[in-house]
Amino acid sequence: MDPHVTDPSAPLKGKPSKKAERQLAREGKQQIISFVFMIFLTSIAFLTVASDTIPNRFAIPFILIIAGVQVVMQLYYFMHLNERGNGWTNIMLWTGFFVAALTVATLMLLIGVTKY
Amino acid sequence: MSNAKAQKSVLWDWLTTVDHKKIGILYLVSGGFFFALGGLEAILMRIQLMFPNLGFVSAQTFNELLTMHGTTMIFLAAMPLLFGFMNYIVPLQIGARDVAFPFLNSLGFWLFLFGGILINLSWFLGGAPDAGWTAYVPLSSEYSGTGIDYYVLGLQISGLGTLISGINFLVTIINMRAPGMSMMRMPLFTWSSFVASALILFAFPALTVGLLLLMLERLFGATYFAVDFGGNVVIWQHLFWIFGHPEVYILILPAFGIFSEILATFSKKRLFGYSAMVFATLIIGFLGFMVWAHHMFTVGIGPVANAIFAVATMAIAVPTGIKIFNWLFTLWGGRIQFTTANLFAIGFIPSFVMGGVTGVMLATSAANYQFHDTYFVVAHFHYVIIGGVVLGLFAGAFYWWPRMFGYKLNETLGKWFFWLFLFGFHLTFFVQHFVGLMGMPRRVASYLPGQGLDSLNFVSSVGAILMSVAFILFLVNVVVSVKNKSEADPWDGRTLEWGIPTPTPEYNFAQTPLVRELDALWYEKMHGNGKLKAAEPLDDIHMPNGSILPIFMSLGLFIAAFGLIYHVIPVTVIGLGITLGAMFIRSIKEDHGYHIHKEDIKKEEGVG
Repeated sequence: MDPHVTDPSAPLKGKPSKKAERQLAREGKQQIISFVFMIFLTSIAFLTVASDTIPNRFAIPFILIIAGVQVVMQLYYFMHLNERGNGWTNIMLWTGFFVAALTVATLMLLIGVTKY
Repeated sequence: MSNAKAQKSVLWDWLTTVDHKKIGILYLVSGGFFFALGGLEAILMRIQLMFPNLGFVSAQTFNELLTMHGTTMIFLAAMPLLFGFMNYIVPLQIGARDVAFPFLNSLGFWLFLFGGILINLSWFLGGAPDAGWTAYVPLSSEYSGTGIDYYVLGLQISGLGTLISGINFLVTIINMRAPGMSMMRMPLFTWSSFVASALILFAFPALTVGLLLLMLERLFGATYFAVDFGGNVVIWQHLFWIFGHPEVYILILPAFGIFSEILATFSKKRLFGYSAMVFATLIIGFLGFMVWAHHMFTVGIGPVANAIFAVATMAIAVPTGIKIFNWLFTLWGGRIQFTTANLFAIGFIPSFVMGGVTGVMLATSAANYQFHDTYFVVAHFHYVIIGGVVLGLFAGAFYWWPRMFGYKLNETLGKWFFWLFLFGFHLTFFVQHFVGLMGMPRRVASYLPGQGLDSLNFVSSVGAILMSVAFILFLVNVVVSVKNKSEADPWDGRTLEWGIPTPTPEYNFAQTPLVRELDALWYEKMHGNGKLKAAEPLDDIHMPNGSILPIFMSLGLFIAAFGLIYHVIPVTVIGLGITLGAMFIRSIKEDHGYHIHKEDIKKEEGVG
């Protein structure tokens, strides 16, 4: 009997199936592409800050946006949130993000000097 | 290995238990203790207000009483009592053998208990907190004694326990459901516990941050709220109510779940509009986050902001109304049994609707300027919290008592208790609407004679005394009914928790049940042989070992809190050392649990 049935922590034996192999190859490709893309985004952020021609007014929101893109890519491609069986993690994550973002935005409006 | 457990002493067993059923009972016992304590504080306040200009307690003591009454009832009584039911019942309702993280479950309980004890020790060590349960700054940051330090640190510790338990329930309900128990087949109590746990997950961090800022301000001289240093006092109110409003729904949603179970069981009908009920629960949970500023209409956040929050608040009446109508339609045409549990559920409907109606009145931001900080508000929130949560707790107690303790509470005494409590409750709080409209502010230690407040306050105090007599009747009932042994399914129940033998075995289900419909047990009674179908062969059951470490982790934080309050750094270091040491032991010590053998299970279940 396969030792996995009684002990899930036992090492896997045998080769992965053709389907699993294709899946792994696809995943590997995706990870390399997203890794290169993230290095590209990081260098753009660095260039934006380093160059004197780009004003701070543009640079700060711009690098914050690409930082956000990187966080999402990190979660989905490297921390495997895009795989099946993560539905609940996704729901909780985005609900939390939505509630927090709405709360913080409202607070910034309400605490300011101008009253609406 | 399984026999090794039986030799240990009873006390040691309860101190180290990780069994969700025992932890549930521990929550109920300690929550019940704090409930009695909070009730005592309420009675002392009502005696002081029974006659004008009475000197029964000093104004300072009155402030401490009202603060501790609110804090105790919300954080140390209502929530733990609901956690007690959730702990005991939710795993049974979804066909699980325990919660997802039994060790964390125990840690959550002990953190709550040590936090609660810490807050209450302030009575003996220089005075209890006296700034109201909302602890508004600058009153709490600049003008209060060490009582507020106990409040801040005690709530921080017990809040940590609540957060841990909330996450535990979320993971349990998502991952541990029996085969066939899809989300839309879950009993409504499990659903509402799920939504309440999600609210805990998202709301408690706001309280944690608020308390942290207040702690830094009081103990380390930070200036977040100090206006003369550029701070802003309103930030505290926002942080507190971003947590505080969802907290109200954390309390009421599980109570809604309890009523849904009871009304369906005692009407002998499927819950009317099950999917609408689930949807309404989710909507209430979501909207609960969008309305916090309605506690702050008079702060001066601006007319547009007030209007938006007023409309959002009123919107909550819609899903709540859906629920009320669904309960009424569940009763409609049902074969209604007027058991004590069902009386509480039926008494809840009009009581809670009255609280809801005054809620919509308070949500009208223009009128709120008149109601704000008067007894009208006191009447409103006691109508929703007693009329909703407390009636729910008592309904749940009478309903699940046979499952939890193996005996039925006496029905005659129970009905006396119900009528006395309901009557006392309305007597106490109905008149407070008018006291408030006449202009009596809340949180004042006394009032002057001849202003039309005398007789109404007297009536209110008489009602409070009736409520405490009723509660004593309940305690008597608990003792005298012990001999009243109950069968496993005394109410002809519909959900999984009634399909197992009584007393509930340590492993809950000898075989994980197969769920074929909503109201799984009822379906088997109607379409099967009345017994739950098994989803797996009978086999050895893996159980977790108990552990004393949760107590040491909580004790460490308790000691560290004293070090912080009295500025003795070594004590803080020792306390944190104990906590971290216990965490370290937990991390390196391997603990694989033990097995209950197939033969022992067969013997206990009386088969083969």
